[in-house]
Amino acid sequence: MTRKTTDLLVGLFVLAGLAAILFLALKVGNLASFSFADGYSVTARFDNIGGLKVRAPVKSAGVVVGRVQSIGFDPKTFQATVQMEIDERYRFPKDTSASILTSGLLGEQYIGLSPGGDPDDLEPGDRITMTQSAVVLENLIGQFLYGRASEGGSQ
Amino acid sequence: MTRLLDAIAGLGAWVVALLVGMGYGARFFLRLCLVSLRAVRRPRLVIDQVHFIGNHSLSIILVSGLFVGFVLGLQGYYTLQSFGSEQALGVLVALSLVRELGPVVAALLFAGRAGTSLTAEIGLMKSGEQLLAMEMMAVDPVARVLAPRFLGAIIAMPLLAAMFSAVGVFGGYLVGVHLIGVDAGAFWSQMQAGVDVFSDVGNGLIKSVVFGFICAFVALFVGYEARPTPEGVARATTTTVVASSLAVLGADFLLTALMFST
Amino acid sequence: MPQAPDKNPSTDILRIENVRFGYDERPVLDGVDMAFRRGTVTALMGGSGSGKTTVLRLIGGQVRAQRGRVLFEGVDVGALGRNELFKVRRRMGMLFQFGALFTDLDVFENVAFPLREHTDLPEETIRDLVLMKLNAVGLRGAARLRTSQVSGGMARRIALARAIALDPPLLLYDEPFAGLDPISLGTIAQLIRRLNDALGATSVLVTHDVHESFEIADQVCLLAKGRIAASGTPEELMASTDPLVVQFLKGQREGPVPFHYPAPPLASDFGIGKSA
Repeated sequence: MTRKTTDLLVGLFVLAGLAAILFLALKVGNLASFSFADGYSVTARFDNIGGLKVRAPVKSAGVVVGRVQSIGFDPKTFQATVQMEIDERYRFPKDTSASILTSGLLGEQYIGLSPGGDPDDLEPGDRITMTQSAVVLENLIGQFLYGRASEGGSQ
Repeated sequence: MTRLLDAIAGLGAWVVALLVGMGYGARFFLRLCLVSLRAVRRPRLVIDQVHFIGNHSLSIILVSGLFVGFVLGLQGYYTLQSFGSEQALGVLVALSLVRELGPVVAALLFAGRAGTSLTAEIGLMKSGEQLLAMEMMAVDPVARVLAPRFLGAIIAMPLLAAMFSAVGVFGGYLVGVHLIGVDAGAFWSQMQAGVDVFSDVGNGLIKSVVFGFICAFVALFVGYEARPTPEGVARATTTTVVASSLAVLGADFLLTALMFST
Repeated sequence: MPQAPDKNPSTDILRIENVRFGYDERPVLDGVDMAFRRGTVTALMGGSGSGKTTVLRLIGGQVRAQRGRVLFEGVDVGALGRNELFKVRRRMGMLFQFGALFTDLDVFENVAFPLREHTDLPEETIRDLVLMKLNAVGLRGAARLRTSQVSGGMARRIALARAIALDPPLLLYDEPFAGLDPISLGTIAQLIRRLNDALGATSVLVTHDVHESFEIADQVCLLAKGRIAASGTPEELMASTDPLVVQFLKGQREGPVPFHYPAPPLASDFGIGKSA
């Protein structure tokens, strides 16, 4: 086994390994859809973000148009502030509403944007005013039971 | 009564011996890491070791990866079928491999194949007085013999784990799409939607690097400390496999808890 | 030409002064004094477990004496830190019992090893030196063989070539004659003497072999019970009447070193005689 042969084989080995990593990242993972395209930031405030996480997708019409950048808490309004980055190519009207939705029944949560009809678009740094918080299952059940109970009481 | 006291004393002595051993092992590990940093200046030795450790492990890693992928495809399908979620086969196979099976099984195979050969080689060098001869020639055997092997294993391990996962995904694809008939588009698209590059693939890679450190260190340490007799070397190779495997599985639990808990 | 050892310390390249050493509480060496004059070949002999190899280990700094000093070129080897010890070891060549060749290198690379590790010599110079050393031991033609392809005697000669690669002033031999055929025995013995004289070095042989070592040694030291039992030229030892020396040199079964390992009386083990 000459030096050159060993070097060649080791080089091939390392190449194969890196190719495997690349394959995993691109074909298996979501790196390809990871647009490194520039984006602009908008914020939104929610009463309850539920299980929303940083880097959760921001979708409109079911298509991923951005990512959640950061989640914070505003101690003055006691609301959650979510900062999201939206792809530069997509502009939304100023009266777009943001809701926290769940993919599937028990899946991960994401932000859904429904565009309004405002002729002006959101500028970088703007705040989405119309928001709908996440559906918290316990509250829903509580409402349901309360509703049933009051129904029963009024009978 | 004295028997009880003796037993307690024995237990105490055993605990002390264990601590001493751990301390010695920790110091050895640190020394090996420091010396390995300097060994980067002798790439020839490291390249030779990557060849012995990595290239020679390829066949078992690739074949095992393929078969694990096959099995995941089959088992995954039968399980998902009862939930009506056959379309999620791609995501199941990919996540299982990338997060867990790739790094862990590749590490276990690595410990069995490369780990034992490293231990045996070092043990035999010790019993043949080669390490001693090197010391008497004023060459530090840790730097000349152990460090290149350590680096070679650390470089080879993540690459092998990645290849295992990649081949496994391909195996799952072959079984799922071509054998069973799951829709190819659903297979890949759900997989791509469900597997995150940084938290899944990235963490899996981090795991395999940690496992590489563990397997390399255990193999070299056990070989270096082996008794220089044939039985000593044989016992050492067994110890390497057992200790590496347990350490890898234990580390896997810790890392998984750290990385994948939300 | 064998010479009587000189008591003048300045010509001693190596001195062992009142050394005490043991692996557990039991001392293997207890008050050992030895002196090695430059240019001499010394044979260190003794029964199994008498501590001969331990003396080599003390000289090489592999172990430290619990009491006493081991002075090599005036420096106490036992007191050196790791880096200084490595510097000192470059001036020693050691031949291990079965050669201890590096199994992952071929013959040439084995002999070249010390040159590559400790010098910056260009490749051509290394090649010349290696082939010269191999030629000195008669194995220049074997330069490209692998270590698995050489016989035991050849392996030992290659290891010898490796030990002299840097022309060290002190050469240590651990049982160089063990397990060799008569031709190899004679060859190695002659090589040890000739190389010692040619290099102007000092050699210390640890060995059992009376015949071969007496042919080439200037000084013979006999270790027994942790001390030097006898020391002198081969002729002086052959003429000695000390029972320890006589038993060792003549290979007698009975003498100061008993044949029987300590055991209860014969009668009690074989049940001869009335039981109580």
